[in-house]
Amino acid sequence: MIPKSGTRFSDKSMRKEGTMPTLNVTRRNAFIAGGLAVAGAAIITRRPAAANTPGQMEQAIRSIIGEAAVKEGRVTLELPPLVENGNVVAMSVIVDSPMTKDDHVKAIHVFNEKNPQANVISMQLGPRAGRAQVSTRIRLAASQKLTAIAEMSDGTYWSDTQEVIVTLAACLEDLI
Amino acid sequence: MAARALINVPKTAKRGQVIEIKTLISHVMETGYRHSTTGESIPRDIITSMSCKYNGEQIFETTLYPAIAANPFVTFHTVATESGTLTFTWIGDNGLSVTEEAKIVVS
Repeated sequence: MIPKSGTRFSDKSMRKEGTMPTLNVTRRNAFIAGGLAVAGAAIITRRPAAANTPGQMEQAIRSIIGEAAVKEGRVTLELPPLVENGNVVAMSVIVDSPMTKDDHVKAIHVFNEKNPQANVISMQLGPRAGRAQVSTRIRLAASQKLTAIAEMSDGTYWSDTQEVIVTLAACLEDLI
Repeated sequence: MAARALINVPKTAKRGQVIEIKTLISHVMETGYRHSTTGESIPRDIITSMSCKYNGEQIFETTLYPAIAANPFVTFHTVATESGTLTFTWIGDNGLSVTEEAKIVVS
């Protein structure tokens, strides 16, 4: 607990005097400040190395599918709405398609918003798949949106976006 | 470290039936974004691709990224066309290559 004394640093006193009021530092306050500094440093170092920037997901999508227009629909991205452990999240993608020679899903790509890397998985399917339904287990570093995009044999792209809340993020677990 | 792979393919199927194939391989999938307790970056070690051939013809291929959880588990479907062998190949960092086979009898 921080003691109610006049010796705490306040913005006001800093502004007025223009120098650090070092003479008023008690041992207890110095200890608290030191403790907070250590805690702050620990939080910073435990952050994932490279957080995904907002444009990165769009960039990753464009690098795979090019400039094609993406319509919403036909794709169902199944994810739990609330995830307790971001290290293992069951995900499945189902695409509404007859999967015949003339009309089938060629590829399914999944992208995320806030992992260090925007790509999640890319899968190549064909008419021999019979059913456009795939599933896997993924990692999520934060609460975020995920987008699944399906490429059809007629050259159209369809998508579905889901929002997931993650309570324990991946990439932050302690190393042994 | 030899990666152990598990494959679940139905032993028998009717011609034309859509079957589900489940695959799992033991692998750490080290992302390359983590640091050790001494602050050094841990190098990436992931499985980068998995493919499946049905009697030599490729029916499924996937590219995996670090966002895939440890011990990559992938399921997909295929049409049982004829009796034969399904060959699964995993390729990863540090020259990893694992091949497994499963037989299916189609009546």
